[in-house]
Amino acid sequence: MTLPVDGPAAPPRSNGELDFAEPWESRAFGMAVTLHDAGAFTWEAFQAALVARIAASTGEWSYYREWLAALEDVLADTVTPEEIDTRAEILAHRHDH
Amino acid sequence: MTRPPVALRTAALEQLLTERGLVDPAVMDRFIATYETAVGPLNGAKVVARAWTDPAYRERLLADGTAAIAELGFSGPQGEHIVVVENTPTRHNVVVCTLCSCYPWPVLGLPPSWYKDPAYRARVVREPRKVLREMGLDLPADVQITVRDSSAEVRWLVLPERPAGTESLSEEDLVGLVTRDAMVGVAKVAP
Repeated sequence: MTLPVDGPAAPPRSNGELDFAEPWESRAFGMAVTLHDAGAFTWEAFQAALVARIAASTGEWSYYREWLAALEDVLADTVTPEEIDTRAEILAHRHDH
Repeated sequence: MTRPPVALRTAALEQLLTERGLVDPAVMDRFIATYETAVGPLNGAKVVARAWTDPAYRERLLADGTAAIAELGFSGPQGEHIVVVENTPTRHNVVVCTLCSCYPWPVLGLPPSWYKDPAYRARVVREPRKVLREMGLDLPADVQITVRDSSAEVRWLVLPERPAGTESLSEEDLVGLVTRDAMVGVAKVAP
């Protein structure tokens, strides 16, 4: 395993480091924080789901992929994976046009 | 069965939750903007510079990190249970979250990508001296290294050593020296 290291530490006053590599990552992050703030779940519950997803992670590493999966896990009683996938397919076709 | 790509699943989930009145995209925008621009290691740097210049504050910080940090106005999600440990010429602390990515958001912002990476999380526990050297911090053999594993119960923050030759600097000047990496313990503060 090699250790990927960012460039030199960004000076703290710049706060300029890119937190999210792609826009969807920031939406997945924002959704979890917003839902937690609204009382949809405890952070402990989300974190436990995240730990489990990270532990089970295989293939190419993507932190926010596991983050999204953990969010789906804690929302399982509210939104099912099937609903998400069906809507995602609709969105995919919309992008085709 | 292969699921749709993550970007589409994220958009789909946001739509479904918005339709059900469970999230407000405008509120999400504000949270994201806050963490992208306002909350970051500058907050932690202010905490460190205060501790370097005010011995009573330093004591309070080491006794109860979350409370002393809140004195400077920094609090919020992931700011509970912050424990501050001091690096000295003979004892070096380095922080990791082996299970996920626990990190004191109010003082450091969101963790950098290497902090979340499986390689860092696994290796810094096993061979901290080697990992630190790879990251540019070559510690003398007689320096004792302690790896601090963050969790929901304890989020560690390192109080780095104040560099020699900075005695004449003001608290404000010192803030500018303190880096995120020094507060995670993968670097020292350079004068």
